[in-house]
Amino acid sequence: MENVTESIGKALHDKFGDALVKQELIVDFPTFTLKKESILDVLTFLYDFEIYKFQFLTSICGVHYPDNVKEEEFCVVYQLNDMVKNQRIRLKVYTSEAKIQVPSVTSLFSTANWLERETYDFFGIEFTGHPNLTKILNMDDQPYFPLRKQYQLEDETRDDKDDSKFGR
Amino acid sequence: MNATELEKKRVEAEKLGYSILNLGPTHPATHGIFQNILTMDGDIIMDAVPTVGYIHRAFEKLAERRAFYQIPTLTDRLNYCSAPINNFGWHMTMEKLLGIEVPKRAQYLRVILMEFSRIADHLVCNSVIGVDTGALSGFLFVFQEREKIYEIFEELCGARLTTNMGRIGGLERDFSPRVWDKVNASLKSLPKLLAEFEKLLMRNRIFMDRVVGAGPISAERALNYGFTGPNLRATGVDYDVRVAAPYSSYEDFEFDIPVGTNGDIYDRFMVRQEEMHQSLRIIKQAIAKLPEGPIHADVPDFYLPPKEEVYHNMEALIYQFKIVMGETNVPVGEVYHAVEGGNGELGFYLISDGGRTPFRLSFRRPCFIYYQAYTEMIKGTMLSDAVLTLSSLNVIAGELDA
Repeated sequence: MENVTESIGKALHDKFGDALVKQELIVDFPTFTLKKESILDVLTFLYDFEIYKFQFLTSICGVHYPDNVKEEEFCVVYQLNDMVKNQRIRLKVYTSEAKIQVPSVTSLFSTANWLERETYDFFGIEFTGHPNLTKILNMDDQPYFPLRKQYQLEDETRDDKDDSKFGR
Repeated sequence: MNATELEKKRVEAEKLGYSILNLGPTHPATHGIFQNILTMDGDIIMDAVPTVGYIHRAFEKLAERRAFYQIPTLTDRLNYCSAPINNFGWHMTMEKLLGIEVPKRAQYLRVILMEFSRIADHLVCNSVIGVDTGALSGFLFVFQEREKIYEIFEELCGARLTTNMGRIGGLERDFSPRVWDKVNASLKSLPKLLAEFEKLLMRNRIFMDRVVGAGPISAERALNYGFTGPNLRATGVDYDVRVAAPYSSYEDFEFDIPVGTNGDIYDRFMVRQEEMHQSLRIIKQAIAKLPEGPIHADVPDFYLPPKEEVYHNMEALIYQFKIVMGETNVPVGEVYHAVEGGNGELGFYLISDGGRTPFRLSFRRPCFIYYQAYTEMIKGTMLSDAVLTLSSLNVIAGELDA
């Protein structure tokens, strides 16, 4: 697994230089942190990479880190799979709330269409170049993005129960 | 789609001589809450706009406020036709995060339960394809056997649909003699039922004329759309998580992965039908090889102690309290674990920051991912084929909407 991380990381570094911010092995997943502008180019490169062909997009999901520095408050996680060689990798891009645009990868993977819409719906991450970036599971006129950490699950004005000792 | 967009669409369609048809959300032919606004040229579908989210229950948000042992009740309600697979998938994710080695006996018992629920899931899908083509009797036959599978679950944990029989580290309880009786009875009657059901539909001229070549998708498009499970295998790609990344000792069993060629409704039907036979094969092997031993790992921090000990033993009481209050420490980390659900790769992506609830839990829901191909699959086909395509994809509303 470490060899896989090394070899893919080296290829990405050779090709994209500084766009590769960090490479690591998390449990059984080679993980690469990238600059967000390069994500579509990296995915296109990995789609026809010489060693592994990552032609299956397993999932896209957003994460909100409110305690991170301003530039890295939101994260988009892409998980890819090479079904032939049975190798999975994970790519991460970070973005700030002020400039929350991330390039869309729908031109490469059709499956990204709804996954990006879902990420937009819940985190407000705007995917530039997406053909139809609208809310998908929530109401169209919902004015907030529910999976952001500042939105509590329950009404904060409730005073009949003390939940301060439990959960977030 | 809101009212103004709909009105715009209607005006555009009328200019071209098309009409707008609203299919769903609660249409008896859609078997679930799906809405599609179809642009029709006579009986031919020119365009479809799906609306999803009618039963969205915010599971990912709810999970961020629940202790780890409370999350299986959410996963139950994803694909409610095969709840045990979802439950064990979540428990395996936790075991991966915590580094727990589950005893062989528990792994084998899990396999037996997961394969039974796969059979229950496929039985519903295939018999509903029969119903949509006009063959109701097959549906009634198989529901009798599905009922017996649910009785096994009921005997084991008291619940039928939303089972919660797994625990972090193993199973809640071992199979009792009554469960074994029911398992053995089902193993005897299921092959007979499958043979009867296959006799009814598999080589039936009317059925074949209706479904062969209808609702196809190519392997390239299916992969690009993120298809997994029986729907992907029907196009000819032999990807199965049970083989690609074996979990719960699937590597110990001998089974085949059936694949189709055209990716049409008939292939999906046949792949599911053969998978049920393979599931039976796995269950028989698991029972034959079933080792003796404990049914859960020794993880007192996560596995509730027996009730009688809680009343008489201080240590057990402390553990019970800590588990129920969600006070146990969990390592910081992030894991992804995938299982082969009834409809494809069901993945759990868990980020833990060491707190008592997940920092982020994302479900990879196969239905949500492949339902977006539906528009492409039904364009240019008849309305009645669209209904069949939907039921052959086995889109479960609970999994689609999370």
